[in-house]
Amino acid sequence: MMAKHRYSFFLGCVIPNRLPQIEAATRLVAPKLDIELVEMKGASCCPAPGVIKSFDKETWLAIVARNIALAEENGLDILVLCNGCYGTLIAGVHDLKDPETRARVNKILKGTGHQIKGTVTTKHLAEVLYMDIGMEAIEETIIRPIEARCAIHVGCHLLKPSDIRPWGVVEDFTVIDELVELLGATSVDYKLKDMCCGAGGGLRSAVLDVSLDMAREKFEAMTQAKVDCLVNVCNFCHLQFDVGQVQVNKEFGTDYQIPVLYYTQLLGLAQGFTPKEMGLDKHYISVEPFLEKIGMSV
Amino acid sequence: MTFVLNRRIINGSKIDSELAEDMVKAGLDRIRSCIQCGTCTGACPSGRRTAMRTRQLIRKALLGFRDEVLSDPDLWVCTTCGTCTERCPRKIDVTEAILYLRNLACQEGYMRPEHRGVSVKLIETGHAVPIDDEKWSKMREDLGLSPLPPTVHSYPKAVKEIQHIIKKTGFDKLINYKEGKNDGKT
Repeated sequence: MMAKHRYSFFLGCVIPNRLPQIEAATRLVAPKLDIELVEMKGASCCPAPGVIKSFDKETWLAIVARNIALAEENGLDILVLCNGCYGTLIAGVHDLKDPETRARVNKILKGTGHQIKGTVTTKHLAEVLYMDIGMEAIEETIIRPIEARCAIHVGCHLLKPSDIRPWGVVEDFTVIDELVELLGATSVDYKLKDMCCGAGGGLRSAVLDVSLDMAREKFEAMTQAKVDCLVNVCNFCHLQFDVGQVQVNKEFGTDYQIPVLYYTQLLGLAQGFTPKEMGLDKHYISVEPFLEKIGMSV
Repeated sequence: MTFVLNRRIINGSKIDSELAEDMVKAGLDRIRSCIQCGTCTGACPSGRRTAMRTRQLIRKALLGFRDEVLSDPDLWVCTTCGTCTERCPRKIDVTEAILYLRNLACQEGYMRPEHRGVSVKLIETGHAVPIDDEKWSKMREDLGLSPLPPTVHSYPKAVKEIQHIIKKTGFDKLINYKEGKNDGKT
């Protein structure tokens, strides 16, 4: 039987090629929520808004158009796990609504076998969970509540620019807090909760000292707030917090040890999957202290 | 006491009087309404720890200090978080303005080698962050996933499509890409 909720599943680069644990966790939790993830065969880099869009907007737009065209060929809206990909895809959908822009980009796409029509939209995982699936349906899948203190990091491009986002708010955004608390956890307030992780805009690749300094400030605030883990909904933020935490400790002589979980990994634990199934043994900062706190181990 | 007032003379030949108009034409239609209030600078998480002053970048661009703004390394410490855009009381899309200036900077040849490296990977594989070591495929298999994801990595024809787009937009020329002659450094 066909699943109730079907989406074109956009993977991007970092998830399949660096953090496949997030891909694995998401593929396992989706069927429990009656979600079918339909592959976007041959999808490329979104391309990244902080780098490729910074270098040449027209190239960025043409490549995002090709990705959107793949979803149109599936006949299904896009589900995306990364805030960066989300930023690119939602801006692409928006920019390509303009018939003149679409005609110009379709000229570039000529010869690729794809054309863009403007028939699908892009949804972030958070939007799919909160608006399409709904809190009640998610709650029904929970068999093992997670009692832990979590620092939520929302990430910039989930919310901004707000004029082409579905939320209606930028500050006091509580959707991720609600999704985390639904699992039995507590969302703990901390200083600079809304601040950027520092990875975007090409900083993590080319201006690493500034990038890590931003993450360091967040680690300090989370440590002071005595959290058991950090929960995010963007793999690029995730990479910055997990891999970057090791780098921060090396660069600044600190010893932050905050386990970093992507939301679907936390959801999977609550649905009864094992830490190994959620790929928690693949992390750079040990997740063991968090698991111990909730009565599990890798 | 006598003192001399040193006035900074703006050399007319160095001014690009078209720059502001070009920004308007590129869709930054509110850029000229900037009142230099500095809300963007105050909102900026990068500006809090670097010399980057968003307000100053916008002012320089509006005055036509083209070379000065395009060669400014501070143009590249913006994380594109978008807070300035949200808080601008004149509703200027400040982040998009920075991206526009970055595009021009690249055309002038101001590009970080790391960023060129990311672009080379995109051209050669279709991924800005590709599987370039078998340890990533092993990690995927360990998790019960296919060794290669169903992306460009599984479809050589798709990589050709990306390269087709890149040749058409001239991105290969922009980053001075020469087939088979790249160090692949990131």
